[in-house]
This record gives sequence, structure tokens and C-alpha cells, in this order.
Amino acid sequence: MAGAHHDHSHSQAHDHGHDHGHDHDAGPDPMMKRVQALEALLVEKGYVDPAAVDALIETYESKIGPRNGARVVAKAWADPDYRQRLLEDATGAIAELGFGGRQGEHMVAVENAPGRHNLVVCTLCSCYPWPVLGVPPAWYKSAAYRSRAVLEPRGVLEEFGVRLPEDTEFRIWDSTAEIRYLVIPERPAGTEGWTEEQLADLVTRDSMIGTGLAKSPADLPAEPAA
Amino acid sequence: MNGAHDLGGMQGFGPVEPDATSRGGTAPIFKSDWERRVFGLTLAMGATGAWNLDMSRYARENQPPAAYLGKSYFQVWLHGLETLLVQSGLCSRREIERGRAERPAAAVPRVLQAAEVAATLARGGPVQRASERPPAFAIGDAVVAKVMAPSGHTRLPRYVRGRPGKIVLLHGAHVFPDTHAKGGGEAPEHLYTVAFDAVDIWGPEACPGSVRVDCFEPYLEPAV
Repeated sequence: MAGAHHDHSHSQAHDHGHDHGHDHDAGPDPMMKRVQALEALLVEKGYVDPAAVDALIETYESKIGPRNGARVVAKAWADPDYRQRLLEDATGAIAELGFGGRQGEHMVAVENAPGRHNLVVCTLCSCYPWPVLGVPPAWYKSAAYRSRAVLEPRGVLEEFGVRLPEDTEFRIWDSTAEIRYLVIPERPAGTEGWTEEQLADLVTRDSMIGTGLAKSPADLPAEPAA
Repeated sequence: MNGAHDLGGMQGFGPVEPDATSRGGTAPIFKSDWERRVFGLTLAMGATGAWNLDMSRYARENQPPAAYLGKSYFQVWLHGLETLLVQSGLCSRREIERGRAERPAAAVPRVLQAAEVAATLARGGPVQRASERPPAFAIGDAVVAKVMAPSGHTRLPRYVRGRPGKIVLLHGAHVFPDTHAKGGGEAPEHLYTVAFDAVDIWGPEACPGSVRVDCFEPYLEPAV
């Protein structure tokens, strides 16, 4: 699909309590006008409650995101019994931490290992495990990623700065039904005895999609001096 | 349908552009306010029950290829939403163009209230269903993805049609998108993850490994 159109941040005031930046130099954004007109129509018809629309947006902008998935992975690294439950019944194991629901109703966890790398894509649209990762980033939904992740995963990973050994076995998971995949990255060396909270700081969003690896302890900002 | 949405294996789109989050920073989820509202409106209208998720996907993908590829992601969503509103009789095209109601509202099964949002999202929409038929395939079975070109919605990507693979996961019976998208009911079918060797899809230059695709039973036949 095309790149971003109408990218500037102009937005006209809503009548239901938004506080966004307003840049009136750029003139009315035709996309914003069209969407505002549509929302006004749907509210006038009584099909949507604008406060519910606000709540839906707020949920995915500030409540549900990859910190959830990082907690799942950190627990799997720290607790072998939990790891086993996650591999056998990911939906149930993720629900133990209070995560689940829309776009994560049927979860499968797939584990990286030396010589084996998992990568998740949705070639047909943009299926993504919302309860553990939030809504997908723009690149995950792009034609470039959707077309090439299945064909040349090694080249795609290099665009993320990730180089794997030549003999690595790739397992590409194309989310064509309602199963949603979570990658369990390899636990970095030098983290023996770390708590789940410490481990979670090493788990990046991309490492749970497969376009990245977990951070190493050296990547974390230095502890402030006591 | 063999539409432009079925992107697996196409070339020419250029490199993937990781975002600031990929580089250890933070990137906004929405690039502009209209994207934010399209996202919220699409979810809120989906919650009315006037259509289902498979109908939504078909409404987004059912466009001339140049139109689909010429739109940004949330422009595709907006196109899908407007299409469904008109098809379902909830709004006319003229009302959408004008942003004003010209006739009384149609009845919708539900209107999502703000107080119900958290519980509704937490409940989600599970699609696994009981089935009286046992699955036709077992883990390890050799299968072939059927060669087919249905004009309606399907979730079997073109790049695996006709390719041999092996069943690696069983998921039970799930709502069948091809039927559900047409309003033909849930018609549950057994769902499998099938591993296709990358060499069987892309040839000898492929990266070593497999592409794993979730395939409904009607998409598969036993390998001979």
C-alpha cells in the first residue's frame, strides 16, 4: 500500500474532549474532514457512542501494548513450569497474567533456539496478537513487510539490523486464520538469577514478532550510582 | 479473491522501514488524528454486530488492485467501513458524502457504550466451535494446498496453492471465513497449521526453513 498520505498533524477540535496539537497553517486535511463527517453521521444515527470510540482508542494507545508480552516472555524465561504451559496452551498461560481477548482469543507461542528463528507475519491483512503486543506498527502492515517476510526473511531481518548464522532454520508463521503467534526470543546470556521484572526490560516488541532479538544486559542504561 | 491484498511473495515494494520503537525508542501508534478516529469507529461499528470480521476483511480487500495499493493502511480501513455501512443499509452513500442523516436510522443489534469497552475487548470473539466430524488430517500427514481461485473471500494465500506441506498443529474447528464473509453462517471447519518447505514454494535459492500457514480443511487434500 502507499505510504502515509496527509501526514501532517492538523486536526480540528472534536466536540468530545480531545486535546491534540492544532496546526492551522496547513488548511483543512481532506481525510480529517471526511472522517469527522462520518463520525458525526454515525453519532447522529445513534450507531456509535463517541465516548466508546474514545475509550477504544485510549485502550490501545495507553493500556494494552508490548509490556504485556514482555511480562509473558520474562515469566517463561524465569519459570520452567510456566514456559511449558505457555508452549502447550498459550491462551491459558497468557490469561494467567490477566491478558486475553480481542485478537488474542487463540494464541500459540513459538520458541527460538540456537539455529532456529521464528518470524510472524500476516500476508493477507495485518493479524497481530493485540492483548500481548497492542496494535501493530505501521511497518508490520506495510506491503514491503507482508510481501517479503515469507520470501526472504533473512533480507528483512537485515533491514532491522539483525544478522543470523547462515545455517539458521527460519520458521515463518503467516497468520491466515484467527490463531495469533507470540515469539519467545532466546534468553540473553549473563542474566542468571535476574527477576522477572529485570528480564522483562530485555524483551522488545520486535523480539516477540521475530524482527529483533532480546536486548543483552549491556544494552540497558547503566544503573545510576548509589 | 485473487486481490492485491494477497501480498505474500510479491516483489518491488522496497525495503521495510522499521520505526523508532524498533530502534529502542518509542513511535506513536497513529500518525494522525483521522487514523485514530478511523480505528475507533471501525471497532465501535464492528461491535454493533451489523457485520462480522470476515465481512470486514472482504470489504477492505475487494477493490481494484491499483486502488488497494494506492491507499494507506487506514484509508483501506475507511474504505471498508464506508462500504459496509452502505451494503448493510445503515447509511446511504449520499449521507456519508454529506456527513448528515437524511433518513431515519436502521436498527442495529447493539450499540457499544464506553463503560462496556474494557469487558467487550477482554471477552473478544473466540471462533473455535464444536464439530461432530473428526479432523480429516493428523499431525505429520502430508497434504497439498488445493489449487483454487474463489471470487469471494478466502484465507488461503496464492503463494501456497498447489504446494505440498505437512500438518504441524491441529486447532480444532473454527468459523470458516469463506462462508462467514458471504453471510452463509459459521459453517465451522477443522483448522490446521501446515508447514511448507521454503524450497517447495520459492525454489532452491530460498532461505532454509518453512513457511507455516493456517489452513482450513477445505483448502487441503491428501498428498498422493
